[in-house]
Amino acid sequence: MEKDILFSTKNMQQLTGSLGAFTGPATVAVLGVVPALVVTVTLKLAVFMSLSMLVVLALSSAALSHLSRTIPTRMRVVVQLVVVSVLVILVHQLLQAFAYDVSRQLSVFVALILTNSVAMGHVKEVALRSKPWPSFRNSISSGLKYGAVLVAVGFFRELLGLGTLWGFRIIPDSFYVAHGGAYENNGLMVLPPMALLLAGVVVGLKRQHYAGSNNQEQKQALQ
Amino acid sequence: MEDVANILVRSIFIDNLFIAYFLGLCSYMAVSKSVKVAVGLGLTVTFTLGISASVCHLLGQYLLGRGTLTWLSKDLEGIDLTPLSLIFFWAVVILVVKVAEMLQERYLPALHALLKKFVPLTAVSCAILGGTLFMQEQALQTLPEVAALGFGSGLGWLLTVVSLAAIRERITYSDIPKPLQGLGITFIVAGLMGIAFLFFIKIRL
Repeated sequence: MEKDILFSTKNMQQLTGSLGAFTGPATVAVLGVVPALVVTVTLKLAVFMSLSMLVVLALSSAALSHLSRTIPTRMRVVVQLVVVSVLVILVHQLLQAFAYDVSRQLSVFVALILTNSVAMGHVKEVALRSKPWPSFRNSISSGLKYGAVLVAVGFFRELLGLGTLWGFRIIPDSFYVAHGGAYENNGLMVLPPMALLLAGVVVGLKRQHYAGSNNQEQKQALQ
Repeated sequence: MEDVANILVRSIFIDNLFIAYFLGLCSYMAVSKSVKVAVGLGLTVTFTLGISASVCHLLGQYLLGRGTLTWLSKDLEGIDLTPLSLIFFWAVVILVVKVAEMLQERYLPALHALLKKFVPLTAVSCAILGGTLFMQEQALQTLPEVAALGFGSGLGWLLTVVSLAAIRERITYSDIPKPLQGLGITFIVAGLMGIAFLFFIKIRL
């Protein structure tokens, strides 16, 4: 059997594969990412949400691909749910212990990773069909892609909506109308409907982008 | 009584599951193509959410909260099972959805035929699980309040999904830019609807 080298070209490709190309599950499976957009009001929340998702996704894929031989097919969904929910509970407890204010704001959305279609789809498609180590790597890459979109949206929503990043003021006070400047925050940015509007625009742009190419898979994913 | 009414109105218009939290989005996009299906599924969600929120509340009162196991034995006073509520709630939701499906099959065969594809989806939809978790987070005290929250959230979801389905039926023949057809325009319409819903934010009985 061929020895599996940690940072071999193949493995690195699996890890970074489509990271740059903006073709991750997050933008393709828009339906999976939009529910999480509601917590991307600030950069900090987005980062913590992405980290939780990454941890749950990676560990559950690894665990389930270990178990996949021993689970009877009929029990698969149940085992899958139990494993994922145990991990979700652990992450939630950790957040409550070490980042209480963040966990208050994320409220039920960490728990709802359990019903996230990206996570469940990934576990079903990848984890139960491949060996633990590749599926772990693969899920890290999916998690990073998912997180990249959340962090990007969080970045712009906080910057434009509140004028801060990670709680620090970026746009100086003197720019604001209240202090004699000519700038005003865009309050709509921090409201939930904005995320839906943005999602619609992103879907439109992506379909425009792929309309000319003959990448059938991409086209169908956006139908 | 006033509290109950306020919770009901709040959960329908202000803390609307879809508009404010994007819960139930997957099934939302699937069923919002026709008003008939949307009404049917909306009613199913209302039913299951109301029942499962109430059941989960009782679970929290007698099984999961800190010191609630004393009816079993005095020694269990210090035990707090709250972290496990996710698994328990999930099981309750699946159970209630199954019961709803069976009831529909038996008593409303026409509706069942229409919704056959979608009802099992509601078990994995975040709307119902999310609704019960919100219920737990708000720490409501009495059963009527919880039932009001559950049924109210369901009704709110019904309201938004039916209106979106109606809009989508109307824009079938509109001249939408090609890349936006389908999913794109649906998101944008939903976003605009969300902005319209912000109007309700001050409502209080």
